[in-house]
Amino acid sequence: MHTQYMSIRYGLLALLERQPMHGYQLRAEFEATTGSAWPLNVGQVYTTLARLERDGLVDPQGSDDDDRVRYAITESGSAELARWFALPVTAANRPRNELAIKLALAVTVPGVDVREVVQRQRSATVSDLQNLTRLKRDSDGDLSWSLVLESMRFQAEAEVRWLDHCETALAREARRTASSPVKTAAEADNSRVAKGAS
Amino acid sequence: MSTVPALEIDDVSRIHGRGDAAVHALRGLSLRVAPGELVAVMGPSGSGKSTLLNLAGGLDQATAGRVRVQGEELGSLKQAALAQLRRRKVGYVFQDFNLIPSLTAEENVALPLELDAIRTRRAAAMARSVLDEVGLSGLYDRFPDDLSGGQQQRVAIARAVVGERCLILADEPTGALDSETGEQVLALLRARCDAGVAALLVTHEARYAGWADRVVFLRDGTVIDETAPLSADSLLAGT
Ligand SMILES: Nc1ncnc2c1ncn2[C@@H]1O[C@H](COP(=O)(O)OP(=O)(O)OP(=O)(O)O)[C@@H](O)[C@H]1O
Ligand SMILES: [Mg+2]
Repeated sequence: MHTQYMSIRYGLLALLERQPMHGYQLRAEFEATTGSAWPLNVGQVYTTLARLERDGLVDPQGSDDDDRVRYAITESGSAELARWFALPVTAANRPRNELAIKLALAVTVPGVDVREVVQRQRSATVSDLQNLTRLKRDSDGDLSWSLVLESMRFQAEAEVRWLDHCETALAREARRTASSPVKTAAEADNSRVAKGAS
Repeated sequence: MSTVPALEIDDVSRIHGRGDAAVHALRGLSLRVAPGELVAVMGPSGSGKSTLLNLAGGLDQATAGRVRVQGEELGSLKQAALAQLRRRKVGYVFQDFNLIPSLTAEENVALPLELDAIRTRRAAAMARSVLDEVGLSGLYDRFPDDLSGGQQQRVAIARAVVGERCLILADEPTGALDSETGEQVLALLRARCDAGVAALLVTHEARYAGWADRVVFLRDGTVIDETAPLSADSLLAGT
């Protein structure tokens, strides 16, 4: 299942666990809790509510004066939410790491200056960190928002460390290939296979 | 606020040794830091970061090019004038704090003022007020050995900013600290810059570079890249 859909689904259940709400209210509360890090449109909210209702996790409770339907969480909805909190997020349900894929491909495509790809990414990620740090400084007292921001800061920091690692590995590889005849990826692969077999 | 850059590095090179053994630590590097600006310098080991800081603070001399602090060209100053400028205008913070073990926190901070012929009583009052600012009120009389690493680094920052310093040079000031204490040190530097001081910060860690207004990347003695800060809106739209 798509990750973004998952987090909206459980996000809405978590909000309904507090009290019944209608769609517009849910959208506003979701954004307030995550500091608008993941803006939602009302369409996404209603599609998600329809699926939750189909799965028996929420119940429509009639409409208010303005004809808006309020939803309440059901017992199985609460159980589903508890299960979500209890399970760790695993690599399988995180989105693919586009950057890792990009660099893995970059080293195989002739004519790509991988060191430049690494540096451009480092610059962009450090730039993100500057903005996140600024937001963090302004986030006084809002615990949910500041936890979301810290998560993003740690991720960006880890990405830069990994880029540093890539750069070091590239330099080592460049020295190695400079001192020994150049091998194609296929040859390198063969020699690995041969080593494994011996 | 003055419009003269606090620091101007203009096409500076620094070559250590000569002949076959010559090491080009910096090659035609240029950089400006405005009053109130916090600029972070990142780059691999040996890329010239410390050399850059030493030149900026007049601790080392350029082989070619000009270094100006608040408009004054360091290369054209006589020894005594250079020493005075280093004392009055530039503050240094190092990874290993460099406090004098036999002096209390207050005496360490007051030292540069006294070297500058400010009377003891007045220097002590100024030192205490900066120590208050860095959150060390009540620890004036502690010796460095009786302070935690984070507290020692705060004393070092207080010593770097006391008086009328317009430029702080910090080489890996968080290197010996845990990340929470490191963040506090950065918050402190940031606050000084918001109050108008210029700072050049060398760091290996992106987390700390994130506190800067601008981050420059060195490689082989030159600036190869620089961050262009985005607005908060464009950042969040991408997530
Ligand atoms: N006094 C010296 N004599 C000879 N070479 C030197 C001297 N000081 C520095 N170097 C050389 O100049 C280059 C830049 O050194 P510098 O200390 O500025 O690097 P750095 O970016 O601070 O590295 P690190 O991240 O490891 O602290 C290196 O190759 C270094 O070996
Ligand atoms: Mg260094």
